[in-house]
Amino acid sequence: MAPSTLPTVRSEARSLWHRLVHLSLPWKVTWAYLTIMLFLPAIALIFRAASVGPVEFWRIATSPIALSAYEVSFVTALITAAINGVFGTLVAWVLVRYTFPGKRFFEAVVDLPFALPTAVAGLTLATVYSTNGWIGELFAPFGIRIAFTRLGVAVAMLFISLPFVVRTLQPVLQEMEKDIEEAAWSLGASGLQTFLRVLLPPLIPPILTGVALGFSRSVGEYGSIVIVAGNMPYKDLIAPVLIFQRLEQFDYAGAAVIGTVMLSISLLMLLVINLLQAWGRRYED
Amino acid sequence: MKTDNQPPQTQAHEAALPSSAGKRMWVKWVLIGIAIAYLSLILLVPALNVFYQAFHKGIGPFLENLTSRSFLNAVRLTLLIAAIVVPINTVFGLCAAWAIARHQFPGRTLLLSIIDLPFAISPVIAGMMIVLLYGRSGWFGPLLQANDWRIVFSLPAMVIATAFVTLPFVAREVIPVLEEAGVDQEEAARILGANEWQVFWRVSLPNIRWGLLYGVILTNARAMGEFGAVAVVSGNIIGKTQTLPLFVEEAYKQYHTEAAYSAAVLLACLAVITIILKEILERKTKIKEVEE
Repeated sequence: MAPSTLPTVRSEARSLWHRLVHLSLPWKVTWAYLTIMLFLPAIALIFRAASVGPVEFWRIATSPIALSAYEVSFVTALITAAINGVFGTLVAWVLVRYTFPGKRFFEAVVDLPFALPTAVAGLTLATVYSTNGWIGELFAPFGIRIAFTRLGVAVAMLFISLPFVVRTLQPVLQEMEKDIEEAAWSLGASGLQTFLRVLLPPLIPPILTGVALGFSRSVGEYGSIVIVAGNMPYKDLIAPVLIFQRLEQFDYAGAAVIGTVMLSISLLMLLVINLLQAWGRRYED
Repeated sequence: MKTDNQPPQTQAHEAALPSSAGKRMWVKWVLIGIAIAYLSLILLVPALNVFYQAFHKGIGPFLENLTSRSFLNAVRLTLLIAAIVVPINTVFGLCAAWAIARHQFPGRTLLLSIIDLPFAISPVIAGMMIVLLYGRSGWFGPLLQANDWRIVFSLPAMVIATAFVTLPFVAREVIPVLEEAGVDQEEAARILGANEWQVFWRVSLPNIRWGLLYGVILTNARAMGEFGAVAVVSGNIIGKTQTLPLFVEEAYKQYHTEAAYSAAVLLACLAVITIILKEILERKTKIKEVEE
């Protein structure tokens, strides 16, 4: 070994070390905190799930109770997110375009699901939508029970995901030029034509972004749903509650496997949301 | 049909097309009606119900519920956790915001998405990760047991779980204001001989204060209200590891509905204060934009 190579290797190693040590303080804090809080726990989860082996992983991940829990979580979240896609758009439109008494109040009401703790939301929804509650009693004569059934899951999901559509759409609506709409009107387009051909196309990316954000939030929601649902297996048991029950039974492997499936889907949703936002940005210029 | 004092555009429009204008007004009020009905059904009535249930038997039973020992312990623990988590996540949020807003580097968008991850992950999964890391059979389990340190089913894990779910708030609110403030003033301060701390305290911080405050308020609201992640790691030991949201659920499950609502109304007040502060801060930042 030539005497000169050793010092170069050493100095290169030293320079890398040097760069790490001389990262500015905010960088060090950011990376250290993310490592402890996010990376390490995520790795622990994936390793625990992988430790059961692929065959067992597949068996747990596709067991009937798990499949039914995914179905309740994803299908209910999809339907409620779509409902909020329609009503959220309507609410955003009304709040941006019209003035009416109490507008500021209703503007603030939209933020409730962000601010109200989920346990409180679940508690009050369970009361209001039970068969003798303020709203539940309106449905009871028709034999429709809401609280403690899958409809209860749906109501909780409607509650928590509504602000996502409204808040994503509002800034886009605010910036939209009224001229285009009025041009369409004066050129003889009907109200419906103006809406479908002129107004709606640029709104579709933000609406879908809001729907995806709401869906993603609904799928992960635990606090409000566990209280307002009956949590009956194969009926209204959502995946997060199933994970919680597995943990309570100290079945960590089972919980980790189902958790990993849910985590992967959440990451996929995050990717979809980013793509939708990139799509929406194209309309801005 | 033009008059001398030109009415605003829409009115002119309505005047030109009286029948369709009438139709437009009709559509407007129907849409407003549907929006208010939907907001009431899903959000407003449930929120009002919290206050009704807590107070409909008068203030006496409400105050009585507030003096029970397990309730007071829950309040104390909730405040304690928020008092630990909010400063930690504020410091982290400021560091991350500065690192992202003041630098261009490959993977910047990825880092932003990583910071947002806790919003995408179910709180139950967040809690489970902490159990798998610090629990008895977790990675650090043997080490912790050897030293007789307890993390899961006690305060430290509840703090970590709360910090996890509130991690993104400050950074998310500060990054845009930091980007908008620009670097000119900071550079001027440096040229005039200020050191990094002085630049931060005297120049950057005043520029981002409202955004920062908003992030802190959101962090605090979520920290005090978090349920799922804390429920997983706490073991819900009454009087020891029971926070206010856990108290609400436990009381409800035990059919102490009144006690549940007495605690719930406190959390609802926290939500109302949070929303009011948000409105005030939003107006403040809007006014600033107009001035500039």
